[in-house]
Amino acid sequence: MKIGVLAIQGDFAEHIVMLRHLGVETAEVRLPAHLDGLDGLIIPGGESTTIGKLSVDFGLLEPLRAFGKTHAMWGTCAGAIFLSKDARRNQPLLGIMDITVERNAFGRQVDSFEADLAIPELGEGNPYHAIFIRAPIIESVQADASVMVSLPDGRIVAARQGKLLATSFHPELTRDARFHEYFLTLAR
Amino acid sequence: MEEQTGTFAVKKGLAQMLKGGVIMDVVTPEHARIAEEAGACAVMALERVPADIRAQGGVARMSDPDLILKIMDTVTIPVMAKCRIGHFVEAQILEAIGVDYIDESEVLTPADEENHILKHNFKVPFVCGCRNLGEALRRIGEGAAMIRTKGEAGTGDVVEAVRHARTVLGEIRRLTSMADEELMAYAKTIGAPYELVKETKELGRMPVVNFAAGGVATPADAALMMQLGVDGVFVGSGIFKSGDPAKRASAIVKAVTHFRDASILAEVSKNLGEAMVGRNISQMPEGEKIAGRGW
Repeated sequence: MKIGVLAIQGDFAEHIVMLRHLGVETAEVRLPAHLDGLDGLIIPGGESTTIGKLSVDFGLLEPLRAFGKTHAMWGTCAGAIFLSKDARRNQPLLGIMDITVERNAFGRQVDSFEADLAIPELGEGNPYHAIFIRAPIIESVQADASVMVSLPDGRIVAARQGKLLATSFHPELTRDARFHEYFLTLAR
Repeated sequence: MEEQTGTFAVKKGLAQMLKGGVIMDVVTPEHARIAEEAGACAVMALERVPADIRAQGGVARMSDPDLILKIMDTVTIPVMAKCRIGHFVEAQILEAIGVDYIDESEVLTPADEENHILKHNFKVPFVCGCRNLGEALRRIGEGAAMIRTKGEAGTGDVVEAVRHARTVLGEIRRLTSMADEELMAYAKTIGAPYELVKETKELGRMPVVNFAAGGVATPADAALMMQLGVDGVFVGSGIFKSGDPAKRASAIVKAVTHFRDASILAEVSKNLGEAMVGRNISQMPEGEKIAGRGW
């Protein structure tokens, strides 16, 4: 299995380290041709405006949308915003997941936080330690998109729609590979 | 559920989100908008770019909080601001207005000639400059969650940025080949905390994100720094002191993403108009250099 990581800007190297640790072949994706032969794609954390603008400039929007129709795709933080249909402001989006997101929903950097979450899909028992950096929330899910993880106050921080996955937090910043393993099951 | 804010992981984590990106100096909300539209991953809000600080002289201090707040209101990307070395009250003020990162910067006039800010005391993360590995690890020891090589700000001459990046990255390469029993003596030699020397050896890289700064003026300069091995680039005077800031800003952003693709670098380097005039560092009197500030 070969998984690509969109390497326009952000913490793509952290995702690659995690995937290699799981024994997966990886590729950095900067141009449309780099999508050839991949079984799935991760869009990393970073700045969604930067990732969006360069995706437009280098002709990646349509190839990424087409790829997402037939392959597993996972966006973390900025990546989740990029996958969404609506980010409540005018910026380039792939718009392939039926979710509405609100950027920087928890506030500025001083409000960034870590918290333990219960995520049934990752197995009972051990909580999942999640890191939120100027994180978005998923305001609502539509069509056949479903809520995967919520905070105790009900705010949605992960959603899934078929083979597409969006998380507000950053599994790539932890040493816990369970979320990446879960994504690989979608890519298989 | 216990939510923890201000942890080292979230401080360091924001810098990880900036990797592969360009952080641009801006002095007005309009500049900030141009920078964001060009694809900057963050902006540094200040009253004067380093080239003007050099030209005008006098004491350079933290910027007016009102200006910083106006820039924060204009863009959605992270906003950084500078405080003087050792001036922890300027840092408290910047934290109070909610900036996303503080640069304890040698570009401003130092407030303390012996001590830097104890950055662990803050919830807001700090970036600090360095010329070598020892200086970088001392700053991280004080709590810096991001490092930038200093270069020589406000010159448009990349030579010092190259010197500092080569020094730091070369020292890390040599450290990784040292025997464990040599680390304490090495820590003593470079004046760095032993635990961080050990961690750097184990990781084979700086324990936090490391950007280049100080003299980057062209897409080729930015790609040069990336190929040398830094995680991203600060551009200060190089953009808004040039003939066509929007175009140059966008070109430098593209150059950092495609830093190994020479044909894209050639394409984005075309017709950028006048680069900033620049100051040749080899002809600059020692007293005018600012990279030596920091202890």
